[in-house]
Order: sequence, then C-alpha cells, then structure tokens
Amino acid sequence: MNFVLRRLGFFALTLWVALTLNFLLPRLMPGDPALAVIAGHKGALSPTALKALTAQFGLNTHQSMVAQYFRYLGDVATGNFGVSLTTQPGNSVGRIVLDAIPWTLGLVGITTILAFVLGTGIGILGAWRRGGRLDSVMPPIFVIMTVIPYFWIGLVLILFFGVKLHWLPYFFSYDYTLTPGFNWPFISNVLEHAILPAFTLLITTIGTWILTMRNTMISTLAEDYVRMARAKGLPGYRIMLDYAARNAILPNLTGFAMSLGFVVGGAILIEEVFNYQGVGYLLLQAVDNDDYPLMQALFLLITVAVLVAILISDIATAVLDPRTRGAR
Amino acid sequence: MAALPAPGGAGPSGSAGVSGDPGRLTTQTLAPAGGLPSAGGGISGARSLRRMARAVTSNRKATAGTVLLVLFCLVGIFPGVIARDNPSAEIYSRSLGPSAQHLLGTTAFGQDMFAQVVWGTRPVLLIAFGVGLGATLIAMLIGIAAAYLGGAWDGVLNLITDVLLVIPAFPLLIVIGSYLHGAGTGVLIAVITLISWSFTARQLRSQALSLRNRDFLQAARVRGERSLYVIVVEIIPTMTSLLVAAFLTNALYAVLFSSSLQFIGLGDPSVTSWGTMLYWAENNEAFQTGQALWIIVPGLCIVALGAAFALLNYAFDEIGNPALRPVRSMRRVSVKNAE
Amino acid sequence: MSRTLSSGRADIAGPPAGGAILTVRDLSAEYTMDRGTVLAVDNVSFEVEPGEFLGIVGESGCGKSTLLFAIARLLLPPAGISGGSVLFKGQNLVGLTDKQLAVIRWRDLSVVMQSAMNALNPVTSIGAQFADAMRAHGVTSKAEIAERSAEVLRMVGIDPVHLKSYPHQLSGGMRQRSMIAMAMLFTPDLVIMDEPTSALDVVAQRSLMIQIKELQQQLGFAVIFVTHDMSLVSHFSDRLMVMYAGQIAELGATRQVFDAPLHPYSSGLMEAFPSIRGPRVPLTGIPGSPPDLARIPPGCRFAARCPQVLERCHSTTVPLYSVGGVQVRCLRHASAEVPGD
Repeated sequence: MNFVLRRLGFFALTLWVALTLNFLLPRLMPGDPALAVIAGHKGALSPTALKALTAQFGLNTHQSMVAQYFRYLGDVATGNFGVSLTTQPGNSVGRIVLDAIPWTLGLVGITTILAFVLGTGIGILGAWRRGGRLDSVMPPIFVIMTVIPYFWIGLVLILFFGVKLHWLPYFFSYDYTLTPGFNWPFISNVLEHAILPAFTLLITTIGTWILTMRNTMISTLAEDYVRMARAKGLPGYRIMLDYAARNAILPNLTGFAMSLGFVVGGAILIEEVFNYQGVGYLLLQAVDNDDYPLMQALFLLITVAVLVAILISDIATAVLDPRTRGAR
Repeated sequence: MAALPAPGGAGPSGSAGVSGDPGRLTTQTLAPAGGLPSAGGGISGARSLRRMARAVTSNRKATAGTVLLVLFCLVGIFPGVIARDNPSAEIYSRSLGPSAQHLLGTTAFGQDMFAQVVWGTRPVLLIAFGVGLGATLIAMLIGIAAAYLGGAWDGVLNLITDVLLVIPAFPLLIVIGSYLHGAGTGVLIAVITLISWSFTARQLRSQALSLRNRDFLQAARVRGERSLYVIVVEIIPTMTSLLVAAFLTNALYAVLFSSSLQFIGLGDPSVTSWGTMLYWAENNEAFQTGQALWIIVPGLCIVALGAAFALLNYAFDEIGNPALRPVRSMRRVSVKNAE
Repeated sequence: MSRTLSSGRADIAGPPAGGAILTVRDLSAEYTMDRGTVLAVDNVSFEVEPGEFLGIVGESGCGKSTLLFAIARLLLPPAGISGGSVLFKGQNLVGLTDKQLAVIRWRDLSVVMQSAMNALNPVTSIGAQFADAMRAHGVTSKAEIAERSAEVLRMVGIDPVHLKSYPHQLSGGMRQRSMIAMAMLFTPDLVIMDEPTSALDVVAQRSLMIQIKELQQQLGFAVIFVTHDMSLVSHFSDRLMVMYAGQIAELGATRQVFDAPLHPYSSGLMEAFPSIRGPRVPLTGIPGSPPDLARIPPGCRFAARCPQVLERCHSTTVPLYSVGGVQVRCLRHASAEVPGD
C-alpha cells in the first residue's frame, strides 16, 4: 500500500512537471512563438476564441506570471484545454482529442501488447535452446532490427506492399467513402487499413523484447535455484516457466513500462507515415499548424498514458515478485 | 526511431531485478544481473581499456561494428574526397535514375543524391558523438554525485532524474522543436542531450551505489584519500565498460531521434542530413513517383550507423558477460566407461 | 510411478548388503574455455558406504564443488564430464539422459547448496518449492504434500507455518535448514552438500552440523560434505578426503587423517587451523598458490609449495599409495601397495 501511494505521489509530481513545462516553454522560447501564432491566426478565429487564447497564453499582460500559472492549472483541472487554432470554428481541444484516442489505442495498444507477448515468448525459447548456428546468428539480426527507424520501415513497406504490389492500403485508417458503424464491411476495412501500420510497429519493437528476454533468461538460467530445480528432477518445461521465466520477466516488466515513452514516439511516426488519424497524427498536424493549445493537450495526454502504463506494470511486478511487497 | 526499452532494475519502480544486482546496460536489453565486471576492485582504467581492445578484435560483432563506424567517420571527415558534387547545388536535371555521373541519381530538386548522402554523414556523426559524450558526462556528474553524496542530495537528484526519465522523450522533443521552428545541428545536440542523460544517470548511480561499500573503496578512505580522488581514481575506472556502453547507447538514440525529428520537419531543412533527405523525399511523394532510392538509401545509412553502435554495444555485453556468448558443444562422454 | 513417503527406510530396494552406495571411478571433469581446456577433476576414484559421512576439503579451485556437481550430473556448459563412471546403487549416472536421471533425482539422491538465498526460488513460497518436487515424482494428493512438507520442517526445527513464507522472509539459518528439510522429502540414500555452512556464522554453523548429524543418525542416509573448513567437518565426518588441484591428496578415516596427516598439504592445512586450546604455536600457512589447471606441471602438483619436497617430486607422476588404510598421493610414502588410480 505504502508502495502504491509513493508511486502515485511520484506520478502526480511528474504530471505537475509536464504541466509546468507546457506553461513555461512557449514563454521561454526566443521570439515569443505564442504571440506570432495568434497574430497569424487572428483572421480565422471568433472574437471569444481569440480572447480565450490570448488569456491562455498570457498575452494580456496585466496578470502576473504566477497568476497566469494558477489560472492555467485551474483550467486544466476543469478539463478546459482551450480551443484549437486550426479547426473551424475553433473546436474544443478536448473533443478533438477524444475522437482520435480510440484509433491510437486500438493500433498501438494491441500491437504493443502483441509484440511484448510474442517477443518475450521467443526470447524464452531462444535462451532455453542454446548452441547451434541459430544461437550465434539470430541475436545480431535482432539487434539490427531494433535500430531500424520506425518511419523508414513504414515507408519501405508502403513502397513494396502498397505502391508496387497494391496489396494493402496505406492511407488513413479507413476508406472515407464508407460510413462508420458496427458493420462488417466497415470493420474489415478498418482492419485492412491497420495491417501495414501494425506490422511496421510489430517488427520494429519485437526485436527488443526478444533480445532482452533472451539475455535475462540466460543470466537467470545460470542461477543456483535453477540448478536446484534440475537437481530436484523437475520436468524441463516447469523449470523453464516457474523458475527461470518467472524470475527473468521481472526486469522486462519494468523495461516495458519505461519503453512506452519510446513506443509512443514510434507510434507518432507511424501514424504520420500512414496518415492514420490517431493521437500521434493529430500531434504532428498541430505542430505543422502551430496549433499550440492542441499540441499541449496532446502532450499531456501522452504523458498521462505513459504514467498509467507504468503504474500497471508496477502493479504487475508487485504481484509477481513478493520481494517488492514487503514493508519498505 | 526504434523502441528501445530501458534496462531492467533501473526503472523508477526500483525493483531489485533478478538477483538484486544493479541495472546493467546492454544495447537495449534488460539483462539485469551483474553490473559489468563489477568483479573488480580497482582495475585500472588502462588495463581494462587494453582488455577491451583485445576483446574487440576477437569478437566478430565488435569487429563488424568498429569497421562500420570507422567507415562512416572517414566519410564524415573527408566528404569532399568521395563525392565531388556540391550536395545543395540544384543544377542537374530532376529525378534522374542512377548512372555513371550520378551514382544514386538526382533528387526532385536536381541535386546529386550520392553527394547528399555523403555530405549528410557529418551532421549525423556530430550529433551522435555530441550527444553521446554530453549525455554520458552529465549522467556521470549527476549519477555519481547522487550516489556518493547520499542523503537529501541523492533524493533531490534522483527525483529530477526519475521525472525526466518518465516524461515521454519524443513527444517532448516534438513540443520543444515546434517552438523552435527549425533546429540546426547544434540545437539538436543540446536538446537531445538534455532528454537523454537521465537514463544513464540512473544506471551510473546504481553502479556507484553498489561499489560504495566495497572493500577497495573503504581502503582508500582509510588511507585518507579525499572524496574527489576516490571518485575519479577508484570508482570511475571500474565503470569503464558501463560508460562505454552508455556512450554507444546515447549515440544510437541521438541518431534515431534526430533523424526522426528532421523527418517530420522539425530540423533545419537547409542542413543536408539523412533525416532531412527523407523529409524532402516524403514531401515530394518519392515513393509514388518511383523515386525509391531517395527513401531507401538515407534510411539504410541510418540503419547501418545505428547497427554499428548497436553491434558494438551488444558485443561489449557478450564480452562483459561470457554467458551470453554463442555456446560451443561439449564432447559427449562415452558410456563405455561404465564398470 | 509414485513413491510412498515415510520417515523410515523400509521401502528402499538398496544396494546389496555391505556394498558401497556410491562408487566413483576415474571421474574427470573439465571446463572448455576460449584459452584451452581446464581439467578441474582429474581421475578421482572413491566409494561411499551407506550411512557414511564423507567430508571433502580443499582450498578454492581444487575442484571439490565441480566433483560434487559432476556426481550429481548438474554441470552446465562450459563444464562437463570427460571420463569415468559414477555408480549409484548399481547404476552408472554418467551417460543417463535427463529423463532417466529425473527418476533418481531427489528420491534417492538430493543436493543441498551453499547459499539458500540463491538456491531457493525467490518468487515462490517455501511450501510451493517443496510441493513441486513432490509433484514431479508422482505425489499428487494435496493432503499428502502438506503433511510431508510439515513433517520435514518439523524435523529441522522450523514451525510449519513458514511453508507460506518466501525465502527473503526467513533468517539465514532458517533458510539453510529449510533447504535441508527439502532434501529430506523422500528420505534419500545419499545427500550431497556443497558448503552449506559457509554463509552462516559460527554458532549457526555448529547447530546446523549437529542437526545434519542427528538427521543422519535418524534416517540413515549417506552424506558427502564439501567444505573449506577442515576443523568444522572433522568433528562430524567418518572419513575425510583432502583434494588438491583436481586430485585426491589424501583419503582416510577422519581421526587418522586429522591426527596424523600423511600428505604435506594435509598437515599444512591442519597447522593453519590452530586449536583454541593447547600450547601456543606460531601461525603457519602454505605459501604460494595452486597450479593453473590449464597448464598442469609435470610431477607432483604440490611440489612447488611443499616443505618436504624431494628432487624426483618435480618429475614423477604420483599415484595414490595405501598406508595403513589411508590413501595418500605422496612419493614419501611410496610402498609396495599401490591401489591404482
């Protein structure tokens, strides 16, 4: 319990830092970007929206920085993230973001879990069966797989499967001519559009899981308790699972949480390359259009998502490793 | 940019890992057990460097990685020798295929692609080494100081490190990049360094903590050596492999991060670099107009340079932890010895 | 093929009466490293009688642990058995597959390791670790498992409530004793112990040794006990084996080897552990260090450090000689009777 509370406290602190960064960065950058942007968008916004924005960025300077800061925090707490600069007539940022979340959750969420599960499984087997040419050849191949830039492999796959072979679609999350709904044509279309981006994400992330699990397993297999399990005459699969994998996976779980920051980054790039309208795509659109309110809200959302995932993996670790549960 | 999770045991949840050893860095692996040859009380920096040099030549992955890296460095230092053309000169016909005059053809702007790739090497290398060194140095400062000073200092530094570690790096880079409107090489180095040091700092602190109470350090203290001496002369040399691994990892991340930022347009588009080449390629619908090389070649270069760093890192893993090396088969004992 | 659990030995179809329970013949084990092959155990032969307590002592790197694991077929690459046989209750363990070994493991032959913190699975409870050993050998009834687990824990003086505990929740001594309890689950005929007391303080060491001895008298199993602590084991062992550089240096009844060591190495070891009573003697050690097993010197391996070395010790390969019931590998005791090794 104590453990969970401390973690929550830490997350709250991180969230606060993210908020403060959101607040400070535009004000610290040279050239006052906020001012320039609003000036650029002036013609396209309604007077109320404009007023809200200038207030949000503190451009009516009769409020002190500190007062603006607290006002900003208050706004966020009530779910007011401001108004988007790029959608007519200045839609609420909250609404725009909510629309994009399910797409990203589906694509990135499912694929990441799949990659983790598959990768971990392959890693366990890879460590169990040592020796032979596969053992010396596969790891370097996986190592190289992990350094391939997400966006590049996406482009290459589009080149072959989309443009050259015309096998799979690679633009948007579904065919715009179809009406969204829970009907099979729509759903199958969605799945079809998801294949290439999901596959890209899978092959770039799976290498890491395989390697880390394999290496951890190898170290674990050398431990005394594994030798003891052999001495007890336990069957091979039981040693592999209960004694080796159960211990080896613990650092992996921690790493999984940590890696989410990177997976998110990769997802952004993949959504960009495939024009998949998820949160990442939205973020880059916002960046292209200097739509700061939208951009800041998305940054917060991503941070929160990562924190939640870390919390989940911490809980999983606590469940699997009794040593972390004790009074600390 | 690839998904490179952090090594286990070094995550903010602080779980002890498999056998309670400090987190150890592998390429992007989570192998936790056994810091690096933490076997060693007081192995001198020179001796371990010599050992590393010997290890590099005998390990195939290390050799491959080193050869690649050296190749890229040569290209980066002497681009003019290899590619005659000015990479930014838009003087040729557009979108030509490969030929004798243009080894890789020309871009949609009429630039010689081969020259672009060759000249684009230098900024990437600068960023890689710049961030590699910078992040590792800052991490060393903060990580070791935190471990050594302990108490409130440790708590504060740790908190800062952990928060930075958890905030998603790439989105933060995007946000900063968008405010900056075009980040040149120097800015990229600075910004990526600030994002990257926290990870290494955590590992170094872990390692330093585990060494803190080792006998050889107690011996130094008893001899009356001052703290700074102990840190510099006794602790740092034992962490040589960890520092090298950290440098390689940070360099790798830097290459991937910077190319990704450039790809989405947050870099300075006037700088010729592999990432910006890909940016222009995508903006000009390269794959649809059949300009496959414009996409493939710069990407392959990123993969190759990244692979060089990654292979070296992995090889150092194997060197430090012999259990990871490929296994030779044992002679089978004949049953005829039964009596 | 389940086996009934009991605290007696009525269900054992053991070796022919009067025969040794373990016969090791010319056992060799080596490590295959990059820089060459290291012969850690060099043609070791000995026997263990049922119910006997055999102590094996020697300094670090002499091969005693490797010998132990070779006997139990627990060596992992790059280590492996390179020759010889291990006859356990009439069956040669060398050459058996894992599946064939699984039948014998734990039921007839169990192992106790040095550090229980490392030898017990940190993420499962003690009870679970007892249970999976039993289930692996056909005991499926939960009641039976629970009963037997509680029984063995009580044997070593631990409250069975600790079956639910995790290893890190127990004290060092308790952990060690629960490992011993685990080894008793099927009342094996032979228990191999690799320095089980080295991680404990002196008081706990002695109490553990007494416990082991009591169990041995109660249940009648044989023990091979490896340690570097000569004085500790000599109080409890029937026979003592001194190992040096992968070979047997001396092997005989404990009292004889301890009171009148024949090999210069053994006497050096004795002198290095002065008695707390008796006259004060200057502390002596054995200067130098053991030879590099990748480059074994010709002649006697102890010659470089031996205070009683002769000229021919450097060149003559030394066999084991039998002197009054004690085997010793020293040219000073060359006699007509050579047991062959």
